[in-house]
Amino acid sequence: MQAALPLPAARTAVATPGQWLTVGAIAAFLTLFLIVPVAMVIIVAFQDPATGAFTLVNFADFARSPLFLRSFGNSLYVSLMAVVWATVFALPLAYFTTRFEFRGSAIIQTLGVIPLIMPPFAGAVAMQLLFGQNGSINLLLDDWFGFRLPLMDGLNGVIFVQSVHYFPFILINVTASLRNIDRSMEEAAQNLGSSGFRLFRRIVFPLAMPGFVAGASLVFIKVFDDLATPLLLNVKDMLAPQAYLRISSIGLKDPMGYVISVVLMVFSILSLFIANFSTRGRDYATTQRGGGGLTKRPISGLDRILAYAIITLILLLVLAPHVGLFLLSIATVWSYAPLPDGYTLAHYARVVTESGQYIWNTLLYSSLTGAAGAVIGAAIAYIVLRTRIPGRHWLDYAASAALAVPGVVLGIGYLRAYFGVQLPNGQSLTSLWIIIVIALAVRRLPYALRACMAAMQQISVSLEEAAENLGATKASTIRRIVAPLMTGGLLAGFITSFATAAVELSATMMLVQNNADAPLAYGLYVFMQSPAGRGAGAALGVIAVLIVGICTYLSQSLAERDRRLKAGS
Amino acid sequence: MTHSELGQSIRAAAAGIAVTGVNLSYGATHVLKDVNLTIAPGEFFAFLGPSGCGKTTLLRLIAGFNIAQTGRVEVGGTDISALPPWKRDVGMVFQSYALWPHMSVARNVAFGLEERKLPRDEIAARVDQALDLVNLKHLKDRRPSQLSGGQQQRVALARTIAIRPKVLLLDEPLSNLDARMRVQVRRELRELQQELGITTIFVTHDQEEANTICDRIAVMNDGRVQQVGTPMGVYDAPDNLFVAGFLGTANILDGHAAQGAFRIAGGGELPLRAGQPVPDAARMVFRPQDARIERPGAQAPAGYVALPGRLRHAEFLGSQLRYALAIGENEVLVDVPHHSGAARFGAGEDVVLVLDNSRTLLLAA
Repeated sequence: MQAALPLPAARTAVATPGQWLTVGAIAAFLTLFLIVPVAMVIIVAFQDPATGAFTLVNFADFARSPLFLRSFGNSLYVSLMAVVWATVFALPLAYFTTRFEFRGSAIIQTLGVIPLIMPPFAGAVAMQLLFGQNGSINLLLDDWFGFRLPLMDGLNGVIFVQSVHYFPFILINVTASLRNIDRSMEEAAQNLGSSGFRLFRRIVFPLAMPGFVAGASLVFIKVFDDLATPLLLNVKDMLAPQAYLRISSIGLKDPMGYVISVVLMVFSILSLFIANFSTRGRDYATTQRGGGGLTKRPISGLDRILAYAIITLILLLVLAPHVGLFLLSIATVWSYAPLPDGYTLAHYARVVTESGQYIWNTLLYSSLTGAAGAVIGAAIAYIVLRTRIPGRHWLDYAASAALAVPGVVLGIGYLRAYFGVQLPNGQSLTSLWIIIVIALAVRRLPYALRACMAAMQQISVSLEEAAENLGATKASTIRRIVAPLMTGGLLAGFITSFATAAVELSATMMLVQNNADAPLAYGLYVFMQSPAGRGAGAALGVIAVLIVGICTYLSQSLAERDRRLKAGS
Repeated sequence: MTHSELGQSIRAAAAGIAVTGVNLSYGATHVLKDVNLTIAPGEFFAFLGPSGCGKTTLLRLIAGFNIAQTGRVEVGGTDISALPPWKRDVGMVFQSYALWPHMSVARNVAFGLEERKLPRDEIAARVDQALDLVNLKHLKDRRPSQLSGGQQQRVALARTIAIRPKVLLLDEPLSNLDARMRVQVRRELRELQQELGITTIFVTHDQEEANTICDRIAVMNDGRVQQVGTPMGVYDAPDNLFVAGFLGTANILDGHAAQGAFRIAGGGELPLRAGQPVPDAARMVFRPQDARIERPGAQAPAGYVALPGRLRHAEFLGSQLRYALAIGENEVLVDVPHHSGAARFGAGEDVVLVLDNSRTLLLAA
């Protein structure tokens, strides 16, 4: 036996000064703009407003108030029903397109994701015009059959709008799950005598369950936290609107806004936990060696016609808001009629001349948000994956924790923590527009971070070691090797952040102090408040949809190009 | 109910299979070409062939997962061509086992019985019985992911046996096991099949698997059944060059038959036996163990042929030495039993190939 080789000499330092500095800066940013504001909200919820002592009396007050209890019940009901309807929309699309030979599968999948690129509140007004008590559908139903459907009345409206908007989350997740199930799983069941709906219920759906739960819990939490859609539909008896109304009408001192915030957060964490638990250790991906892969079954005759009919109906339904919004944006007058009375481009002219500020603000805020997400995300990814700094994982945990903080809660936290902080000119810190950008950036950071982590994990460490071996310092390795290789991932992350920030309203609504600093989403909300502003609001909405649509397309094609590039090398 | 009772009930149900005039295409690809086969009740039958030969397609056709353009499939004399997979009572064990990960072992095995709406207590009894048969009763509450590959396969087998199918289809059942397990499992499969007396089709690309456990085999290539027979019968009397080359090792000599002899390309000739049929474009075939090597100048005894050649290289395989020789333009392999102290030939030596002329075959492609 040879003597053991000596171990390589230990590095003299854990990290370079530059790395320490980066860690410090990120930690400070996260502490100031995520941890402190959220902690403030939680603390105030448990404080006696007069004395500042610890108390549960605020929660007792919450539980004694019929209004809050009703709001709580409504929020739960609306979120659960939105999940149910989103499931009804998503499952047939996912199952038919993955399991059967079907013309237009790709188009159906694409159209199915389009609702996500529209802010839900933008579609709300258009849906009122199409499906409301005096909307196109009900006018026609009344004419022909003499009855109307209460599709948009009260909570129904919120459920309808939200499920149409968020069902793609379930569609995407269930489709991915179904694609991972080997066809022999279903064939074995058929071989043993199972077919049709029983086959779906006993084998296919249980196997797709993890994907379904992940998508469904996402839908639940988005609906539970959403502020703008219920407000726009004039539904105030829900939790997020109540939190907003308490803070904006009674003031920052009122504890109920904070209590509601804590309730919102508890449910966020709960559903994230459920989603995580349901997917962990239950990787049912069963495409395997010797498996048949995924083959689509032929579908014929009556079944085929039925399947196409179902899919067409669903697509018409979920794309209705887009059509409605577009019609509204070019309508002269549209009320009590199935279609507008006449068409005009005046609303676009008005939006561009009067509210160019909204559009400009949105582009500015979203760009800054996207850039911040990419830079901070990449920095955290590098530190976590490439250094041995103790406690580095806490940066990841802290940044990801933003997932569990609803926009309303973050907005309230910023107001509580920094409203009293005065700038030299006597203004409040929270009146600066940059606070809006910071809130957006913190909200987007978990997604940007995941994109950056994924991009960095694809870069082999040996590429960096080769650079260092040839004399490059850490800094110049990052600049010349890591950054160029990550460009595709970073850019895709930037654009995704940009697009989602462009239509976010929950946190923004709490933080916008004057119209001049407001982004497009807020302007849309303001326009939609008055019947006269609806046309202009719709025009603004169409512009928002276009911005987000173009960005989504760009990020998809960039990611695709990046994949091809890496695969080719 | 004991094993033998289960055996009786399956044996009573065991049915023959007849495949008649089957043609199957995927688009422009003709995958099965005029396939005709008859399999007797209780027979252990193999579809043997290289990957892409259509053997799995044929198996899936019998199970109902593929639809043929022409022809029909009968089980027990009944045409099942028009039945969907779930009405065929044709049990299939998938290559990937296809155990459902969201169900326990017992739930997996119970599935087909539940689909048949059997009474609850009968399902429980049959699940126990089927798991007993594969010695896995103690693992009935496990999830498939908690089992080894061999155990998973036995569960898949139990799941299929539990419905008491008319025939049993096994799609490459040994391919996901390691080499040691393979030998053990194939013996177990054979014992089980004998015990149950169930008509069984076994798909494999491995001739050793097919030869060791099957009553008869169908050698397939390029979508056609090339030859059907017992393993030994097919090995000893292959119908064509593909079968000869696919089963075991065969030396195939280029050349042409003329005037009572086969003239080897590049020199040398072999006399034809009296009345030996000569197909068109025939080539001469013999097995490496049907020849031996001698020093130059050796005489061939009666019924043998001596051909001069040069030794290219030798491979030591343990029980034997495999020599590669140049005979004319052909390379020929000769297996010589090895024992310690045996004489050896070296690369580059001139030698004489002595061939048992009664064991040569003239075959066409």
